[in-house]
Amino acid sequence: MVSVGNLGKMAAVASSSAPVADPVEVTEPTDESDVRPDRPWIVIVWNDPINLMSYVTYVFQKLFGYPREKAHALMLDVHFKGRAVVASGDREHCELDVFRLHEHGLWATMQRDD
Amino acid sequence: MALRRWRVRRARNGRIQIALPDHEREVVRRMLPQLRELLTVGAEDDRTRRLFPTAFHDDPEAEAEYRRYMHTELVASRLTALDMVEASLDRAELSEEEAAAWLQSVNSVRLVLGTLLDVDEHLDLDDVPDDDPEIQGYAIYSYLSALLDELVQALEH
Repeated sequence: MVSVGNLGKMAAVASSSAPVADPVEVTEPTDESDVRPDRPWIVIVWNDPINLMSYVTYVFQKLFGYPREKAHALMLDVHFKGRAVVASGDREHCELDVFRLHEHGLWATMQRDD
Repeated sequence: MALRRWRVRRARNGRIQIALPDHEREVVRRMLPQLRELLTVGAEDDRTRRLFPTAFHDDPEAEAEYRRYMHTELVASRLTALDMVEASLDRAELSEEEAAAWLQSVNSVRLVLGTLLDVDEHLDLDDVPDDDPEIQGYAIYSYLSALLDELVQALEH
């Protein structure tokens, strides 16, 4: 669980680095290889009437390093099913993901993966 | 139908080129201080609610904490992007960082304008009557949507 202090620090890091992020740089090769038996939080993006489909697809590629096909499939889920789980992990990572999605104007929430 | 000219594109040399006709550039130039003003009015303004979405649907305490720490960060991030757009407004080429700032700022304005106009997914400018009092808002919104789409295409390639 992240402490309140960490959250503030994380936000500062996110806001200073996110605008320059590039699809290649934001891929997280090390984290995925970590053994993380429990991934108790999920990040959900909800459909909204304003964000463009092309834009949402791009944001998923940029923020998560997903290949275009995966990003496109997630965007279609958001559009047609109303929501999609776009990431999962510990609370700290999910909070950062939600923040970065909010920075890009997407409707993202997080919750425990029950 | 006339050939539509490009506004933003990725050139063969990898650079992002931007060529807005003067009157379009002026539209963007006028939007920026308006967005800056809205961003600094405070947390609870209905016009900017889409810029600060809810993070925790079912946990008011966590949501309050998220807002406490992230609201100012979201404002700061958008102000930084705005500065970058203003500084690059008259240029013919954008760095990746500047193009990302354009992307964020143009979408922020769309989010505010779309909220004010209460648009739905099926908005088509051709369906808006010419004497609609909001016709100019719809036109700017549609223009920004097209510009954003070109920015995405350029950044993606």
